[in-house]
Amino acid sequence: MAVQTAPATSAGQKLRKIKVLVNGAAHEVEVEPRTLLVHFLRENLGMTGTHIGCDTTNCGACTVLLNGRPVKSCTLFAVQADQASVATVEGLEKDGKLHPVQEGFHQEHGLQCGFCTPGMMMTAAALITANADPSELEIRQAISGNLCRCTGYVNIVKSIQYAARTQRETAGGKAQDGR
Amino acid sequence: MAVEIGGIGQSVKRKEDARFIRGRGNYVDDLKLPGMLYMDIARSPYAHARIKSIDTSKALAIPGVLAVITGKDLVPLKLAWMPTLMSDKQMVLPTDTVLYQAQEVAAVVATERYIAADGVAAIEVDYEPLPVVVDPIKALQPGATIVREDREQKDNHIWHWEVGDKAGTDKAFKDADVVVKQDIYIPRIHVSSIETCGMVASFDKVEGKLTVWMTTQAPHAIRTVIALVAGHLGLSEERIRVISPDIGGGFGGKVPVYPGYVLAIGASVLTGHPVKWIEDRSENIQADSFARDYHITAELAAKKDGTMQALRVKTIADHGAFDAAANPSKYPAGLFHIITGSYPFAKSFVEVDGAYTNKPPGGIAYRCSFRVTEAAFTIERLVDVLAHEIKKDPAELRLQNFIPPQAFPYKSSLGWEYDSGNYAGALKLAMDKIGYPELRKEQIEKRKKGELMGIGISSFTEIVGAGPSKHFDILGIKMFDSCEIRVHPTGKAMVRLGVKSQGQGHETTFAQIVAEELGLPVGDIAVEEGDTDTAPYGLGTYASRSTPVAGGATAIAARKIREKAKLIAAHLLEASPDDIEWKNYKFQVKGVPAKSKTMQEIAFAAYTNHPQGMEAGLEAVDYYDPPNLTFPFGSYICVVDIDRGTGEVKIRRFVAVDDCGTIINPMIVEGQIHGGLTMGLAPALYEQINYDENGNIQGGSFMDYLLPTAMETPSWETAKTTTPSPHHPIGAKGVGESATVGAPAAIANAVVDALAHLGVRHIDIPITPWKVQQILKAKGVAE
Repeated sequence: MAVQTAPATSAGQKLRKIKVLVNGAAHEVEVEPRTLLVHFLRENLGMTGTHIGCDTTNCGACTVLLNGRPVKSCTLFAVQADQASVATVEGLEKDGKLHPVQEGFHQEHGLQCGFCTPGMMMTAAALITANADPSELEIRQAISGNLCRCTGYVNIVKSIQYAARTQRETAGGKAQDGR
Repeated sequence: MAVEIGGIGQSVKRKEDARFIRGRGNYVDDLKLPGMLYMDIARSPYAHARIKSIDTSKALAIPGVLAVITGKDLVPLKLAWMPTLMSDKQMVLPTDTVLYQAQEVAAVVATERYIAADGVAAIEVDYEPLPVVVDPIKALQPGATIVREDREQKDNHIWHWEVGDKAGTDKAFKDADVVVKQDIYIPRIHVSSIETCGMVASFDKVEGKLTVWMTTQAPHAIRTVIALVAGHLGLSEERIRVISPDIGGGFGGKVPVYPGYVLAIGASVLTGHPVKWIEDRSENIQADSFARDYHITAELAAKKDGTMQALRVKTIADHGAFDAAANPSKYPAGLFHIITGSYPFAKSFVEVDGAYTNKPPGGIAYRCSFRVTEAAFTIERLVDVLAHEIKKDPAELRLQNFIPPQAFPYKSSLGWEYDSGNYAGALKLAMDKIGYPELRKEQIEKRKKGELMGIGISSFTEIVGAGPSKHFDILGIKMFDSCEIRVHPTGKAMVRLGVKSQGQGHETTFAQIVAEELGLPVGDIAVEEGDTDTAPYGLGTYASRSTPVAGGATAIAARKIREKAKLIAAHLLEASPDDIEWKNYKFQVKGVPAKSKTMQEIAFAAYTNHPQGMEAGLEAVDYYDPPNLTFPFGSYICVVDIDRGTGEVKIRRFVAVDDCGTIINPMIVEGQIHGGLTMGLAPALYEQINYDENGNIQGGSFMDYLLPTAMETPSWETAKTTTPSPHHPIGAKGVGESATVGAPAAIANAVVDALAHLGVRHIDIPITPWKVQQILKAKGVAE
């Protein structure tokens, strides 16, 4: 990996240029090596949908998908996402159509204060991509790294079941159309 | 018709979801202003120490660090101390002594977030450790280390508070057939909303105007507090604007004024730049908003047959180094005297003593600000202790003793007037739902096989909706709340309130009240809260007061509008107002549905064709002073299975029957109950903030403080009864905290019940696997 040398910042940190594909758009930005991925998204790119809820990788509010896999963006440096693709909550809605997970959270009252929601939805989106019909236990296991203080998880589980169902129905519909 | 309007009783999908599910919420940390600086805080590693010196030179030498603020800098500004909401004072920054670990010691202002953190790391403080007192019982003994040397009173006693008939209660105990006594410790816990606290402060030197965006549940009260605390520096209330944007959970932790807020404002005034301060989780969980920490001795006197007669409770309350709780002024122990619960004690007496210790301020909130959880837990635990003592089924004992429905309004022996209730109705429904008799049979069979299974009940009575101005104020400000409604010419409405949602769904539920009262579709009603420049004054959202107080204001403001609308309708229909009736969300000539006017037509006329002599427009504001508190209630039944090998408690089922009076939005109420139950589960089995003898926090991060995840949390089962409040405009009682208040006792009672045949009568929460395993080992039944 090429290391960019750049002028030191005020704090004496050397900047490094990274190229990250965020929700399909390429961003080339110079960052301090110590910049956390979550701060890169929030501060450098102004994408504040990804939140910060702890400093120990426990709460999952900062969950994004790195090359399709859920990661806690507070525990990665931005430089570790160089040349990678990152998906955040801002990219869930496509062409004005909500992602099934977004629809599910709204329909099943899977959110209250909304702070854990983006991370929770990213984890859920990854789950139903990998497993089209997860059981309740599989859903609970998948989101066990995402803390919610408002909902008691019951409606989050229902939201994800709704999303998986919607996704299956859409896929089924598409398959039928194709026949 | 009702479905189109989306009025009261409909599960209307939430309006606020649209932005949250797209990552478009507006939380404080999302705000970025031109020229904004960042503040970070250096904190004490010691629980009690003298500060010999603070060397800020290395921090100031870092490029990008613009300022370091210490206590000495605040002295000439008269800002080193600030008043708390409880007639105490609190350090903003210490000048010579720190009183708890993680206390703020200095603030660094820098051009970037990371540089501010570098600055904090570079501050060198020379401390001389002092003796530490962490146990409030020891703190109250003679010769204890004095926490607050600044006070004239040279001990750690804060206040004594008592209520009830001491002599009568003592006599009842003397004469009683049966007396049970139980020591109960309800440990310190932390709300840990997923968003921490923070602020962006922006002081405009030219205009002398301060604008702050902050994580506060009570923006108006904060504006007044800022004016009172910093008025001498020229901050004047008409030029202070507090904006509470989207809040990522509050649960009471965002009511107090923390030193960081004051420092961020100070930093903005000092630098002339906007300043952002956002806590790290570790700062939040180590220094802010602790709850409970009650050391209780409770006694219950009863007749042989189980008829409850008298209650006597003595409590030591650990408030940490500063009494910074947010109770109504008259009630330093909050509404703890709801402790007679759902039972008609003829005599009762409660006393509480507050103590200072070398811990952060305690007694603040955890989804219940006013000590109702402590009360409900104690009485519901004690009822089970009595049941155990007289060998009676705990459900039967409760049904035998409940205040009967016909006794309402019921005057309790500690002075409350309960508005309405049907306690037996709720418990019987819960017993039906869970299959109580079958569970008891199963338990007998399980015990024969050596398996540990328990059933726990909690039939709690809540007390919310503070409060009537006669008795309730904070810093002298009466605890009314407000709503302003403006109906625009095209029939759309803007509703502003003095409360502030932190996830409760106000944008939907308050719109539903207005929809119901005015016949406008819920989608045409915008609700806005949290901006003191636009919203009417109110005391904010905590203690489940939004629906009981601001909900009342909303209904009454809407009714004021309807009164005026009726006159306009009469004018448009060329009829006498006496001949106009409100039917199917419209005004019509009595008995003539064909001659009717919709609210939209009336709204347009209010600006274009109103009767001569009438003021134009269709607006109203109401400041609602509730005549009484409301008393939601419920009965919860929990079934647990205990692993004899690990001591782990598994919640098999949990049925929650709640009664919060009229329900505005059943979907949202159920969501509130799910969340509340989970915050009842948490302290029952998992959460505790502990300190070692040196005052070091144990549990100062999410690594060590276990918030329940989806794996620990059971699939809650809910049901309801509906007993409207007779005095509330729409009969609603509030529900936000009920489940947090009611759940811990149901879980603890279930665990104790599982072990009762081994002679176990009480286990302090959190009931961890380790505690259970120790008991199983001691009883010789561990696997």
